Amino acid sequence: MLSIKDLSVAFKTRKGEVNAVRGISLNVGKGETLGIVGESGSGKSVTSYALMRILDAGGEIRTGDVTYDGIDLRAASEKDMRDIRGREISMIFQNPRAALNPIRRVGHQVEDVLIRHAQATRQDAKAKAIAALEAVKINDAAARYEAYPFELSGGMCQRIVIAIALACKPRLLIADEPTTGLDITTQKAVMDLVGELAQERGMGMILITHDLGLASQYCDRIVVMKDGLIVEEGQPDKLFIDPQHPYTRKLVDATPRLGASIRNLLPPEARSPEPAHTVHTRPLLEVRDLVKIYPGKAGPVQAVKGISFDIKSGQSLGLVGESGSGKSTTSEMVVRLQDPTSGNILFDGHDIASTPSGRFMRHAARRDIQMVFQDATDSLNPRGTAASAIAEPLARIDRIRGAKLEARVSELADLVGLPQPLLSRFPHQLSGGQKARVGIARAIALEPKLLILDEPTAALDVSIQALVLNLLVDLRAQMGMSYLFVSHDLNVVRLLCDEVLVMKRGEIVDRGPTATVMDNPSHPYTRALIQAAPQPPEPVAA
Amino acid sequence: MSARLKMILGRVAQAIPVVMGVVVISFLLTRAMPGDPAAYFAGPAADEASIAEIREALGLDKPLFQQFFLYVGDLVRGDLGTSLTTGQTVMSDLAARLPASLELTLVALLLSCAIAIPLGVLAATRPGTWVDHMCRILVTAGVSMPTFFTGIVLIYVFYYLAGLAPSPLGRLDFIYLSPPHVTGFYLIDAALAGDWETWFGAFKQLILPAMTLALFTLAPIARMTRAAMLSALSSDFIRTARAAGLGSRKVLYGYAFRNALLPVVTTLGMVFSFTLGANVLVEKVFAWPGIGSYAVEALVVSDYAAVQGFVLAMALLFVALNLVIDIAYALIDPRIGLN
Repeated sequence: MLSIKDLSVAFKTRKGEVNAVRGISLNVGKGETLGIVGESGSGKSVTSYALMRILDAGGEIRTGDVTYDGIDLRAASEKDMRDIRGREISMIFQNPRAALNPIRRVGHQVEDVLIRHAQATRQDAKAKAIAALEAVKINDAAARYEAYPFELSGGMCQRIVIAIALACKPRLLIADEPTTGLDITTQKAVMDLVGELAQERGMGMILITHDLGLASQYCDRIVVMKDGLIVEEGQPDKLFIDPQHPYTRKLVDATPRLGASIRNLLPPEARSPEPAHTVHTRPLLEVRDLVKIYPGKAGPVQAVKGISFDIKSGQSLGLVGESGSGKSTTSEMVVRLQDPTSGNILFDGHDIASTPSGRFMRHAARRDIQMVFQDATDSLNPRGTAASAIAEPLARIDRIRGAKLEARVSELADLVGLPQPLLSRFPHQLSGGQKARVGIARAIALEPKLLILDEPTAALDVSIQALVLNLLVDLRAQMGMSYLFVSHDLNVVRLLCDEVLVMKRGEIVDRGPTATVMDNPSHPYTRALIQAAPQPPEPVAA
Repeated sequence: MSARLKMILGRVAQAIPVVMGVVVISFLLTRAMPGDPAAYFAGPAADEASIAEIREALGLDKPLFQQFFLYVGDLVRGDLGTSLTTGQTVMSDLAARLPASLELTLVALLLSCAIAIPLGVLAATRPGTWVDHMCRILVTAGVSMPTFFTGIVLIYVFYYLAGLAPSPLGRLDFIYLSPPHVTGFYLIDAALAGDWETWFGAFKQLILPAMTLALFTLAPIARMTRAAMLSALSSDFIRTARAAGLGSRKVLYGYAFRNALLPVVTTLGMVFSFTLGANVLVEKVFAWPGIGSYAVEALVVSDYAAVQGFVLAMALLFVALNLVIDIAYALIDPRIGLN
């Protein structure tokens, strides 16, 4: 149905031309689901924008043919393309809330497409838009029709985006990272919905993702892209079990999965033995009856409902839950960026919750509790160099200056594997993985006893995630730190944590040693979370 | 909708303490002005006794506290006092002059928006092209020339050389009678009276000063429109709209422009306030009987009632303006007013 031959795309930038796609060929059959898997910068999204001819300014198709159902998409007029987009080929995107017009009712946005492609008239547009919303299983579609995107959850927004894409019953759907940023159970619901609709309508699909596990679960065939080239193509099982290309091998290895140890994520030549960390019986952190109530529009909202837990010295505790479960609020209270409404936080036996967060900067325990933030980019000052970011806590709390400070910064850079020349760079000159290392170096600069990690790898490519996770394991063994590891990714928590807490709606619903909780989940919610995680086929041991 | 209505009512309620504050400050400020109004009013030949008599008549001999209560009492009755220079009540002076300034400012802003917004949109859709560069040149030229200079150049070209414009002397040439007073806006009053000849006469007088002000206000509006459109056009939802095959008009106006309006409205509010303040120079150049020149004249001779009235009128105007902008916000963006 769709055939791409020798496609290459280049972008004009200030630094000259960048070849984003360098001669790729692929086919999508009728009703087939093709996965395009690759890490950031591999050209997978650009490929789809090119075939839709919606490349950003400066992007240009250089060579190749794109044929859809006998139509040459490269030669088609812009007017014809507008008829094809949304009617024959549709797209859904990542970050669904941003993908919707923020100040237009979602129902009207569905109507716009229906009317544009003459699938509805002004008179019956509303009824048809509601029907389109019902088709993506939105409850109470008539009420949702009137909603604005900011009034809906991320998963609901993605359903609206899907409704817009499928309203005119296209025959090919391009899903560009459709579940990035969504909760794991929402991810499953969205992917199941898309898969079901595709099957029902005999619709072809291109699933663009960085998640090899997700692709293997939903695709008939997968192509792996790297640096604008297709490096491998094949059935999901075959790719996983017997990857041919070294890059595919690396991706397969780096995907967290059942039965793999944290060192297994690294390429075979980099797998040193995993260092052991000792867990003492003495509790480092004791949280008792912690409650957080936010004043909400419709009355107070109880974000955390009286939870208690301990972290022993040297222990790594995983805190798992979906958005709205209260896991971020809990971690922010423990790191003393927020004040609890009631309850105690004992650190080394002293109650640190009694010092207000505004004054905790001067508390003796400040240096012992540090945090690695989720977004490595946003948590760095864009006008400060990597060195200044790492130096900040040293200068402020340890009050060291000059050559001593410089020496300590470069020592820390070595510790986290950040090459020395990069220290003088600004955040925008660093890659995602390098920024994550700067964030970690800053957090461990004061040699804290407890490190709170808030989804530190959520925004990273899997191969970079593998490196960062292994770095965290090494640092833990070296410095004897305790971790509170906040994540929605159970597979990652399994690799890193001794014990795990599962939170739902402000309560801890499940807890225990990681292996026990994950292998024999006692609570139905834990089971739902585990089942929702994509389970890649097990590769042969390498 | 009721939530929005509540928001608007709440906003109106918030304006009340502001107005009360302005009443106090305008009173204190005018009393702090140097010069003795009684001495000025009595004239250069007056002796001590007659000045004291006048001071008593004006109520200026009473304690400040009592003067304030008298002032507030008068305000409540709609009495702003009498101007010492014009001899008219301040209320009637303001009623005659405020519409003149407002008419000029509003027409200038309309003209400015009519040019700047399309220019900004065009520049944003074609960044780096000649349209973009032309926009930049026009905007820079407009803002870098002082208004009195532009005004004089326009008079020189269109009145003196080309003879197209009427003599720059006020709101209406002496051959016309001013239209019956309804709103004080000559264009509206003449249209209401059906007197199109006068309407055209007033329009001709207005066009040069309005152009002068418009040129000056072009820059912020065009720049903000361009920037807001550029950021709106690079948003994710524009990509969604394009991928759904929506036409370029719909994408540009239905999706991008409405989202770009918010910062433009904010800028408009700011431009409006500084134009009202800044058009005193234009009023002087074109002998426009506006409120700016009135205030400057009153200030020079310590005409405290007139200055007080002017400050109060401007403050009320700004409060109303901010209210209108907030309401416009709530109408454009559904996210405002709910959280």
